[in-house]
Amino acid sequence: MLDRKLVRDLRRMWAQMLAIALVMASGVATYIMASGAYHSLDETRNAYYQRYRFADVFAQIRRAPKSVLERLETVAGVIAVEGRISRLALLDVEGLVEPATARVLSLPDLAQPRLNLVHMREGRLPAFGQADEVTINDAFAQAHGMHVGATFKALLNGRKRALKVVGIALSPEFIYALGPGDLMPDDRRFAVLWMSEKALAGLFDLDGAFDNVSLKLLPGASETQVIDDTNAILARYGGTGAIARKDQLSHAFLDAELRQLDALRRVMPPIFLLVSAFLINMTLSRMISLEREQIGLLKALGYAPLPIAMHYVKLVLAVAGGGIALGFGIGAWLGEGLTNLYGQFFHFPFLIFRHDADVYAIAALITMLSAVAGAVRAVRAVLQLAPAVAMQPPAPRRYRKLLDGRVEVAGLSQLTVMALRHVGRNPVRSGMTTLGIAMSVGLLVTAWLSFDSVELMIDIAFFRTDRQHATLTFSDEKHASALGVVARLPGVLRAEPFRSVAVELRMGPRWRQLSIMGKPRQMQMSRVLSLGDEPITLPPTGLVVNERVAELLGLRRGDLVEVRVLEGHRATRMVPVTDVIKNYFGLVAYMDLDALDALVQGPRLSGVHIAYDNARQQELFAAIKATPGVGAIGLQRNALTRFRETIAQNINYSVTIYVTLAVVIAFGVVYNSARIQLSEHARELASLRVLGFTRGEVSRVLLTELAVVTLIAVPLGWVIGYGFGVILIQAFSSDLYRVPFTIERATYAKASLVVLAAAAASALIVRRRVDTLDLVAVLKTRD
Amino acid sequence: MADIVFEARSLTKSYRNGEIVVNALAGVDLELYAGELVVLLGPSGSGKSTLLNILGGLDHATTGVVRFKGEDLTALDDAGLTAYRRDHVGFVFQFYNLIPSLTARENVGLVTEIARNPMRPEEALDLVGLSQRLDHFPAQMSGGEQQRVAIARAIAKQPEVLLCDEPTGALDSHTGIRVLEALEHVNRTLGTTTALITHNAAIKDMANRVLMFGDGRITQTFSNATRKAPRELSW
Repeated sequence: MLDRKLVRDLRRMWAQMLAIALVMASGVATYIMASGAYHSLDETRNAYYQRYRFADVFAQIRRAPKSVLERLETVAGVIAVEGRISRLALLDVEGLVEPATARVLSLPDLAQPRLNLVHMREGRLPAFGQADEVTINDAFAQAHGMHVGATFKALLNGRKRALKVVGIALSPEFIYALGPGDLMPDDRRFAVLWMSEKALAGLFDLDGAFDNVSLKLLPGASETQVIDDTNAILARYGGTGAIARKDQLSHAFLDAELRQLDALRRVMPPIFLLVSAFLINMTLSRMISLEREQIGLLKALGYAPLPIAMHYVKLVLAVAGGGIALGFGIGAWLGEGLTNLYGQFFHFPFLIFRHDADVYAIAALITMLSAVAGAVRAVRAVLQLAPAVAMQPPAPRRYRKLLDGRVEVAGLSQLTVMALRHVGRNPVRSGMTTLGIAMSVGLLVTAWLSFDSVELMIDIAFFRTDRQHATLTFSDEKHASALGVVARLPGVLRAEPFRSVAVELRMGPRWRQLSIMGKPRQMQMSRVLSLGDEPITLPPTGLVVNERVAELLGLRRGDLVEVRVLEGHRATRMVPVTDVIKNYFGLVAYMDLDALDALVQGPRLSGVHIAYDNARQQELFAAIKATPGVGAIGLQRNALTRFRETIAQNINYSVTIYVTLAVVIAFGVVYNSARIQLSEHARELASLRVLGFTRGEVSRVLLTELAVVTLIAVPLGWVIGYGFGVILIQAFSSDLYRVPFTIERATYAKASLVVLAAAAASALIVRRRVDTLDLVAVLKTRD
Repeated sequence: MADIVFEARSLTKSYRNGEIVVNALAGVDLELYAGELVVLLGPSGSGKSTLLNILGGLDHATTGVVRFKGEDLTALDDAGLTAYRRDHVGFVFQFYNLIPSLTARENVGLVTEIARNPMRPEEALDLVGLSQRLDHFPAQMSGGEQQRVAIARAIAKQPEVLLCDEPTGALDSHTGIRVLEALEHVNRTLGTTTALITHNAAIKDMANRVLMFGDGRITQTFSNATRKAPRELSW
């Protein structure tokens, strides 16, 4: 019999129950989505790494004979070693005005590579010794619509050669394919080329030698120990320091993304479950107080308290069940959408969609538990009511003057006073409603502040720091006279040299491997900004580091830091830190170019920043494509466009989801809250109508109450959004990049407006019920 | 003869109660005159509350005409009825219907804020003998006190008519008599036309006129040559 009541209750209160179910569904969906995408990507990555034998340690050297490989194999903990040639080359592709940059890698001719296997998508690998055959990476092929048989030109070791595509492949080393010096992947302008080892050795004069090595470790081997041993062996061959997989660029980016997803699934769902537990508590408490007499009757009839309590628990579980089912569907759908979106940025040969039963089970269980937790307080009241008491109407509600009447300023109408006292009468409920609405404001602020932060990042990075038009990176260090050569290229207006030296910075037990950038003291294009965003002049001696480096090594201005140069004579010096500066990308340290030359062995240049005349761009690019010694070219304008595109695609997806969820919360909270207020105050509102108040005036009582709660919630939401933002931005920051934290006023305003609109919409739906109050019926009954 | 305040002709009201059609009023004709106190007496379900609701602009008649000072109430829409209630009618109900979140003074103030020619809330509460309870909330007052606040609220705007539906129904006789005294006092001092519904026959003795109800009709009308004061009543 009670079950029949259950079904009818659900049908009668469908709108409120739906609102609660939607909030629950949001929690479940975010969890399923983030977990689904996280597990899918993680699984995909693991399977890819394993099947294609992705290496654990990587090292670049100048040149070493192949016999060194045998010595590396004897290092304790190493099970496989693969030596190869790895060089940069400029490409001249038909239809692409700008020069593209390629990472050229050798593949063993007579055997399968032992590590970093490629996945063939089309065609084959280059034939033994064929210097005009290449296999190219899939992303580059797709960006240019290339297939087997396509041709392009490449500047290999200063010689321009026509290359023919014989295969298209993917590699676990380039899941995230970032060109040298680029901030964002640009598949049009960055390629990976695989060539026959014999052919490549011939082209680069590396017969019987290699300049790049990958190592695979035994499970449980000490990575640090292997790196130390490897460095010791490779030092005399110009090794610039081996890196672990965690610092491998593609892996590091993918890992950072996975960590963000992980943070998402840990932070977001609890918010929704908290809000839904509160909504259940609020709705059920009201329902039980309305059904007090029925409960008393049931008890008087001989029903034990437990079955009655179970009746309400079942009601809650039915709603939770609905929310969970909906959340499963939406979450699975969004999860695949998100995984596919990642598939566009990260190049996998396959995507494994994981729908783990345990993820679904956890989501369902936690949701059920939070729902029941929300119901407990209300249901406990049922158990405690003595039947005789329950059948009496509850004692009349007591009100107090707000703050002992001090705030009741003359001039407030009695209707406003009523509304304010309603807010004050149920402080816990008003507080929770406020918090619920504030959560949705906070969620929106958090969602939109990522745009603000990215815009600030763009402004600092592209318009205040690196203001050059292009950056040419030499394939090898060049003599200082190379600056003149570049400056004389057609259309070049200004040229500014830089030198990049691989070092290890040590401060006590902490150390990091990075590059020191040598720059002219007075920089006009690529500048160094102080923490206050002002361009600075580099000191004649000493090192300036960005915040991330300072933080990681615990450096402060004036500290002496140990600099171990990993090139040339491999000197070790103590150098003072003269300043901590702002730079969002990676681990950055700068020195005056002359000072750096003195530290290493100079004068040498790694590349040149240039500004050029746009009208002569084609002429300039043609010249660069024919200039030997240029290994890579980075174009700021392209980078900016790509940056904006990528961010837009990436952030838009999550922002759309957040905004929808925030609206669901705002709507759900305000709607339920308004329905409960209406239910509690229906009699008074009807009395007001009888006394001659118009519908509008009567609604005002209800709407004022909601407005007060909402208006308190808005600034609270800003604070919550700020807090979430700090956490979010921290989760986004890694050694690769750091996102500045900023929130524009417009973001606060926009978030507030959306929530106010959602609140107003739900309040107006409830207001329509005020219009249809049955005056006669309400007045005939006792409260 | 005093002016006619209410005039009803062939008034019927039927409504559906679930599957059943109820004829609450089956053809009522009446006049109420300015300043008189009329008691409508009859058993529950005899149609007296339905009549009062129609007179007070809370409900529409099914057929027939009601005029208030010559104006046809049946022709008014919802906004018109709201304005009518606001400007001309005071209500007192069995269950007081006070606003629990407002004090006695504020409950009265609620009405004086929107009235054209109100008295001060304190004055209205003084008329019903509650000048000592101005700042008490309903939950802090007895039933009789609450009902007197309801009366003060109803008369504070100085309405032409005061409609009372079982005002003593929820009260013991002692308290009920105090409430009736308040009503009688208001009727006498302000001259407010007062219609009082009851099923308590004892109350009829305080009226100028008595309308007896049965089965949706007025079965009998009579005037009291001499009115009793409320304190002379007992039940």
